Amino acid sequence: MHVPDGFINAPVSAATGAVAAVAVAVSLRGARRELEGAGRGGTGAERTAPLAGLVAAFIFAVQMLNFPVAAGTSGHLLGGALAAILVGPYTGVLCVSVVLLMQGVLFADGGLTALGVNITDMAIVTTIVAYAIFRGLVKVLPRRRSSVTVASFASALISVPAAAVAFTALYALGGTADVSIGKVFTAMVGVHVLIGLGEAAITALTVGAVIAVRPDLVYGARGLAKPLELRTSPLDVPAPGADEVTTAAREAEPVATAPAVAPRRSVRPVWLAGLAAALVCAGGISYYASASPDGLEKVAHDQGIDKKAQEHAAKDSPLADYSVKDIANARLSGGLAGVIGVGATLAVGSGVFVVLRRRRAAGPVAAAGAAGERA
Amino acid sequence: MSTNSPSAPPLSAPSSLEVSGLAYAYPDGHQALFGVNLSVGRGERVALLGPNGAGKTTLVLHLNGILEAGAGSVTVAGLPVGKKHLAEIRRRVGIVFQDPDDQLFMPTVREDVAFGPAAAGLRGAELEARVTEALERVGMAGFADRPPHHLSFGQRRRVAVATVLAMRPEILVLDEPSSNLDPASRRELADILRSLEVTVLMVTHDLPYALELCPRSVVLSGGVIAADGATQELLCDEELMRAHRLELPFGFDPRSVTVPV
Amino acid sequence: MGAGHAHKLYRHGHSPVHALPPHCKIAAVFCFVLIVVSTPREAVWAFGLYAVLLAAVAGVARIPAGFLLKRLLIEVPFVAFALLMPFVAEGPRVSALGMSMSVSGLWGAWNILAKGTLGVAASVLLASTTELRELLLGLQRLRMPPMLVQIASFMIRYGDVITDEMRRMRIARLSRGFEARGVRHWGVLATSAGALFIRSYERGERVHLAMVSRGYTGTMPVLSDTGAGGAQWTRAAVLPLSALAVCLLGWTL
Repeated sequence: MHVPDGFINAPVSAATGAVAAVAVAVSLRGARRELEGAGRGGTGAERTAPLAGLVAAFIFAVQMLNFPVAAGTSGHLLGGALAAILVGPYTGVLCVSVVLLMQGVLFADGGLTALGVNITDMAIVTTIVAYAIFRGLVKVLPRRRSSVTVASFASALISVPAAAVAFTALYALGGTADVSIGKVFTAMVGVHVLIGLGEAAITALTVGAVIAVRPDLVYGARGLAKPLELRTSPLDVPAPGADEVTTAAREAEPVATAPAVAPRRSVRPVWLAGLAAALVCAGGISYYASASPDGLEKVAHDQGIDKKAQEHAAKDSPLADYSVKDIANARLSGGLAGVIGVGATLAVGSGVFVVLRRRRAAGPVAAAGAAGERA
Repeated sequence: MSTNSPSAPPLSAPSSLEVSGLAYAYPDGHQALFGVNLSVGRGERVALLGPNGAGKTTLVLHLNGILEAGAGSVTVAGLPVGKKHLAEIRRRVGIVFQDPDDQLFMPTVREDVAFGPAAAGLRGAELEARVTEALERVGMAGFADRPPHHLSFGQRRRVAVATVLAMRPEILVLDEPSSNLDPASRRELADILRSLEVTVLMVTHDLPYALELCPRSVVLSGGVIAADGATQELLCDEELMRAHRLELPFGFDPRSVTVPV
Repeated sequence: MGAGHAHKLYRHGHSPVHALPPHCKIAAVFCFVLIVVSTPREAVWAFGLYAVLLAAVAGVARIPAGFLLKRLLIEVPFVAFALLMPFVAEGPRVSALGMSMSVSGLWGAWNILAKGTLGVAASVLLASTTELRELLLGLQRLRMPPMLVQIASFMIRYGDVITDEMRRMRIARLSRGFEARGVRHWGVLATSAGALFIRSYERGERVHLAMVSRGYTGTMPVLSDTGAGGAQWTRAAVLPLSALAVCLLGWTL
């Protein structure tokens, strides 16, 4: 999926470059908070560079780990969803962006001018979509480790076609090839649903493997395990060493409540960021549409255009690309594709949310009961 | 405790390291240290021995203020370890971690050795001189421009020592300095450590190495200092050794060794 | 697309290209690619001239053509995409070699192939004449946020260490008679990946401790900062400026 130079035209490349720069800047700040976490000593600012660097190195390495499918073919992890679940959305965006940057500069994997496109597509969209779905599912599913696995699977599964949808949208805006958006959409999403299945399986298994050994390292599940473990302890140890246990419980109490609050705080910025990104995109589309001079529309309506006419039209805005012929159509259908994609994702997400919310009602009641008994 | 050690420091100079009543529990409630008292005089070489899980690493992380004491205090050359003097404390206490790959995080040996002094504000020719001096002391001056991961393990460990020496520490703290070294690298490192005129606290399981390098040893067990004395005497005390899960390698008899001083 | 990552990227040399300061080279390559991307695709000859320009740079840098061509393989997936394009694109069609192809699809394919290949070739030239850490220094001098540079340099420093760990795990798996052959074995591989993550994260924590122990407070000390002189900028600008001339010609002709 690494987009090379010349695949997306210059204005859209520049715009995505700006989006990527803003997202990376925001992530730099957010990553500090995320990485402050469980460790000893030091603030987030100190921990960001070594931890994010090592996670980036991990993603880079794990992308080289081949998962054989059958008969000599094999796939590998893209890692956006995995990073988001393991270290949080901000750090995830940051790490995947750095990996893409280095792949572009060192290995020429992905064009230099397409860096913005690649980061927007593979680092931002994948990570944010995956994390939003993951958090949503973890909140509504019963508090069990298997839920984390299910949520990882679902989020990775959707994140990959979501990136394909985002790519199609970018292509609709600034693609240099004259392939209809419908075909691109079908091909990209089709292929990436398949890739997404593999990604989902590997991500879920990997998250499961980490959570079995070091559940504290799974950022997306930080609020999950601790309350369960702590609330059972004061009841079943009556006499000997009881004071030790209660002090331990009391000490642990702030630890238990803090993560329970933290996810609620940390989900909101993600949603806000997603909303802002959507607004920026929508604004970009309308801006771009209104910025294109009337002449272009006329050209589009004009039946008898030839190459020369196009050249002249484009000369007025030197960066505009050549595929102006059915630009209105392309843009319209591109916008539609984007809207359909976002809508579908939202529908699936909120559907799951509504269905599973009922089940969740049992959770707080039980928790409250446990708290009452302890008091 | 340190008064009966063979090389007790002269009373006039403040000792390099003074730990008193140090206790610490991790945030999860697990208590690792239960009142550690330890004094290391200037220029001494002391081995810190103890079984796995005795709290050795936890103690080491207190020495430069990475962990904050739950009770008690740590003083380095008269300066109490605390938030106020953290930068100076970290300059004075040079910790060489067990895995040199963790310690050598910069792209070249030169930059890595320069990292500490540069963080302390040194620049230009002065910094360059400091780097060269530190690398010469560990015999790695010819490798300054090499990336650390192209060096052998023994060379990396020596560079790790240089990264700390470049900060001109008051006390050098080594975590398992002999681990993973072949006999030649081990001997080279011992020669280097012996040539340094700096206080050394060496955390190790390698008892012959402790005997070779450190006239004095302390045993940390169960979160307290369980024994403190001349290394040879401690290693010959079979009951003590057994009580704290310390074992000598097969065929090694500490009595038969004449300790170089 | 992990292909080619095992190559040795940098080719040691003492050519004038090697000697240029890294930030000049990065800026030059970036501008060059930007100009190439903005060139009209109908100006076929312009792309030929760009290729000649790059070949000249490669000649000056004494980078053998074989080395360059091998590194170009990275773009193969998109070549496949480009080759499909004439058959799926819209618009008026021509038939050649008994196949019906879309005219605009042909242009699109040409566009992607030409611009993509030139972009890859330029990046490869940059990476093979500039050492890794020099590249990072260059990015830093081009005002990339220092934190990002730090993260990237940690990634580069520990990439090898972690890849090594991954290889050791694989050898450990093989020595116990396990060979991943299909989807059924993903669990085992994922366990390795999980273990790799834990090791990486814990190493990150240890590196952080080692840094803090040497006085790190969140910013890297600036160790060397040699700017570039006007002459060096001028030399680096030869490539993008001549490309710009070609590009302008492409637009006017």
